[in-house]
Amino acid sequence: MKQVSFVSGKGGTGKSTVVSSLSLLVKNKMLADCDVDAPNLHLLLDNKVLLAEDFYGARAAVINRDVCLQCGRCRGVCRFDAINESFEIVPMHCEGCGACTIVCPVEAIRLETVKTGQTFVSGTARGTFAHALLDIGADGSGKLVTEVRKKLEQFKKDEQWILIDGSPGIGCVVIASIAGADAVVAVAEPTKSGLSDLERVLGVARHFRISGFVCINKFDLNPEITVEIENFCKNNDFTVIGKIPFDPGVMKALQEYKTPIEAGDQQFTQELENLWQNLQEEMNKKIDMD
Amino acid sequence: MKIAVLSGKGGTGKTTVSASLAYSIENSQYIDCDVEEPNGAIFLKPELQKTYEVKVPVPEVDSSVCNGCGKCAKTCQFHALAVIKDKVLVFSEICHHCGACLIACPVGAIHETERTIGMIETNESGTFLHGRLNIGEPVGIPIIRELKKRMRDEGLVILDCPPGASCSVMKSVHGCDYCILVTEPTPFGLHDLKIAAELIQKMGIPYGVIINKATPTEKIIHPFCAENGIEVLLEIPFSREIAENYSKGILPAEATSDWKTKFGEVARKCAIQGREGG
Repeated sequence: MKQVSFVSGKGGTGKSTVVSSLSLLVKNKMLADCDVDAPNLHLLLDNKVLLAEDFYGARAAVINRDVCLQCGRCRGVCRFDAINESFEIVPMHCEGCGACTIVCPVEAIRLETVKTGQTFVSGTARGTFAHALLDIGADGSGKLVTEVRKKLEQFKKDEQWILIDGSPGIGCVVIASIAGADAVVAVAEPTKSGLSDLERVLGVARHFRISGFVCINKFDLNPEITVEIENFCKNNDFTVIGKIPFDPGVMKALQEYKTPIEAGDQQFTQELENLWQNLQEEMNKKIDMD
Repeated sequence: MKIAVLSGKGGTGKTTVSASLAYSIENSQYIDCDVEEPNGAIFLKPELQKTYEVKVPVPEVDSSVCNGCGKCAKTCQFHALAVIKDKVLVFSEICHHCGACLIACPVGAIHETERTIGMIETNESGTFLHGRLNIGEPVGIPIIRELKKRMRDEGLVILDCPPGASCSVMKSVHGCDYCILVTEPTPFGLHDLKIAAELIQKMGIPYGVIINKATPTEKIIHPFCAENGIEVLLEIPFSREIAENYSKGILPAEATSDWKTKFGEVARKCAIQGREGG
């Protein structure tokens, strides 16, 4: 079984559109939405929830006010300003480090686990699908991503692929979305910000020694930057496996809760078939080289 | 007056909106809090003249003093310390810089040293600031904290927030007077707008919505805003021309004076509502 993680430095470049479309083309696969801050893939899938679980991914301090002497030692060691003048924990600031629990002379403070989100595994016509919802403003989204991937693998049968819809950025959520994957596909747009963001996210893939590939979405919006992206990829040993043109039909299809493939967009369908073919060939090549 | 621009979903146009607001109001301060992928500089083209490294404290163990008791590793809630064969290993990338291990060590074998995780750059006058997280680093919150320390108390401050709805967004938005939620008229845009709206409501900050890539017939965002009494501050149409300009680093407000006027009006309206709401 191989795992392919779709990411982008910059958000909104079309990861979910590409993954939901590939979910119609690729046979024998599972799907994971690892953008736990803002998951979208489930909106396009007809999913029947098989498993829903709360996830406790963080800890926070709790003060027992009956015991507390208000001596202030906890406030002295807390580096996050998480204990206010009335000796109440400010949940938004508490990192759950427990420094306060060590210095409290009367053991009035303890750490409690905090629910940070929910994970779901669903059956869909396109394969088993896992996603999560991070609680509003919660900490530790990287852990929740790892949990989504773990939950999905518990439902593994004889699927050949896991397609992962990643998140934007280069931080913990992205790192958790690509850790242990066989390939990373960065979806980029040919914009001034697109190229620098692409370089950074491919840098993360390389940092973790995962093969990186590139799909240029809306490539005809700015042909010069598309060439720049292609040159960057060539010079740095990243293969461009797909180029999708700017197409108002994609927006129209999404507004009707459909992938462009379901909306009958033939050019888009062809481009995605090519992308998947290219990715398989390139991944096989890498295996041969190893 | 501090206005935060956020969106839940990535790529809806936060930077377009926040850079346009900063561009349209003279002497405003623009702070790019999206330290994973800062893009504001591409549009506002500041002359970056000052650079500050952002450093975080991480533990260092003096092995001549350490007795291998393992209390530090047991105390660390983030598994950033491990004791193997009486030797302490420090995994500084996952350290949360809390200092609990220092307190826990019974023999005073741990002290702190600094580690660079990224940097901040500003122009001479301090009207433009952005931060950049180094590749491979998981958490940019200390950089956001450093940026916010340089936030002005007077005049208009625009904070361009990271995507999502997690702690880094909350820390960016904290202390702001008004929020602009940028969305697009797709099911994705609506879903993530709801998440962002819930976050801002929880924080008790007044907010309004800007619809980017707006299409005349959409029945996705408008009904939601109408039902929930949320003001739509502005609509930026879905157009190839705007998209092409964006790809070249040109803001709508830069392309036509009409858009500059519109963004100026939005900024003033938000400032009034922020004052009333605060």
